Amino acid sequence: MQLLKMQTATLPDPVLDRREAVPALLGDFSSFLAVAGLAGAAQELIYLSQESPSVFGLVGAMGAALPMAIGLALAQPKRRVLCHTGDAELLMTLGALATAAVMNPPNLRIVVVDNGRFGETGNQQSHTGLGTRIDTIAAGCGIPAVMVVNTADEIPAARALLHDGDGLCFILLRVKEGPALKLRRDLRAHPERDRFRRALLGK
Amino acid sequence: MTGWPEILYADLRGAGITQFAYVPDAGHRVLIDSALADPEAYAIPLTTEEEGVAMLAGADLGGSRAVLLMQSSGVGNCINMLSLINGGRFPFLTYVSMRGTFGEGNPWQFPMGQATRKVLEAMGVIVLEADTAEDVAACTKAALTMVFQSEQAVAILLSQRLIGAKAF
Repeated sequence: MQLLKMQTATLPDPVLDRREAVPALLGDFSSFLAVAGLAGAAQELIYLSQESPSVFGLVGAMGAALPMAIGLALAQPKRRVLCHTGDAELLMTLGALATAAVMNPPNLRIVVVDNGRFGETGNQQSHTGLGTRIDTIAAGCGIPAVMVVNTADEIPAARALLHDGDGLCFILLRVKEGPALKLRRDLRAHPERDRFRRALLGK
Repeated sequence: MTGWPEILYADLRGAGITQFAYVPDAGHRVLIDSALADPEAYAIPLTTEEEGVAMLAGADLGGSRAVLLMQSSGVGNCINMLSLINGGRFPFLTYVSMRGTFGEGNPWQFPMGQATRKVLEAMGVIVLEADTAEDVAACTKAALTMVFQSEQAVAILLSQRLIGAKAF
């Protein structure tokens, strides 16, 4: 049986290409520490940062990106921490939005690239593609600043929130289906952990 | 009165642990309340235990030490997320208050309680078990070295002999 769009599916059809919209939204994020969720989100962040050791990209452990970023943000209160993930990855640990709101780390920024799809597994429609509103959920959890980006015109304000805002925020970047920027990389987690810690902590 | 939970909290703080992630359980009440009352520590309520697994890895990336407090029923919620600990060789310390074992009166607790050790070990977590207050201190001393010096994943099971079976 086909899955039907719900009454909550009121946002306009996505028009942005993530290969352009993600770099435009993030701008120069070299001063951030970042955790990126599998799969496209991690690929594009590693590509855009040119494999910076300050980006920890997940290749498994779906749902880890946001809780991991919360732990990192609490550990590094003087650094801004970016959680960059996809809609399906976040859907797996949606409750972490409530945890983020309760802890309210002022240095944490959450960016969700929403293609409305399970992109890695055959492009099946995800809940968000059918009308689940994670921006509304984020606001309902108590995230103090929530922004939805549907068009290129809306990107500068979201980029300003990301870079110049002084508190926890959630940005939903709605994009069309399509590939993320990517490069071939080492998929093993332990060298990535060691590299991240060496760059940040010197050990 | 200073019981094993108060001593345990002091031992964990003394080892530099600053993040206490938890899904509440009666067996962890003193630890949670102590962290909530401690201005130098974070008490982090989770919606599900697997969040805590990832949070501990994030804390480690940032150079902080963290612990996950959960009930045995929550261990099952952590299984795939432990891939992150295993693959990243992250230090991982959890205290599991046991249900579904010694004197349990709620039949729903048995499947996960009886599987707790097997599930943890299947995912590469070393399991220590504390039956007495003395065991808690000894296991904690051992685990702190195993986790933060040798970078292993360790679970300390707080048995129902130690914490008592809830009355039903």
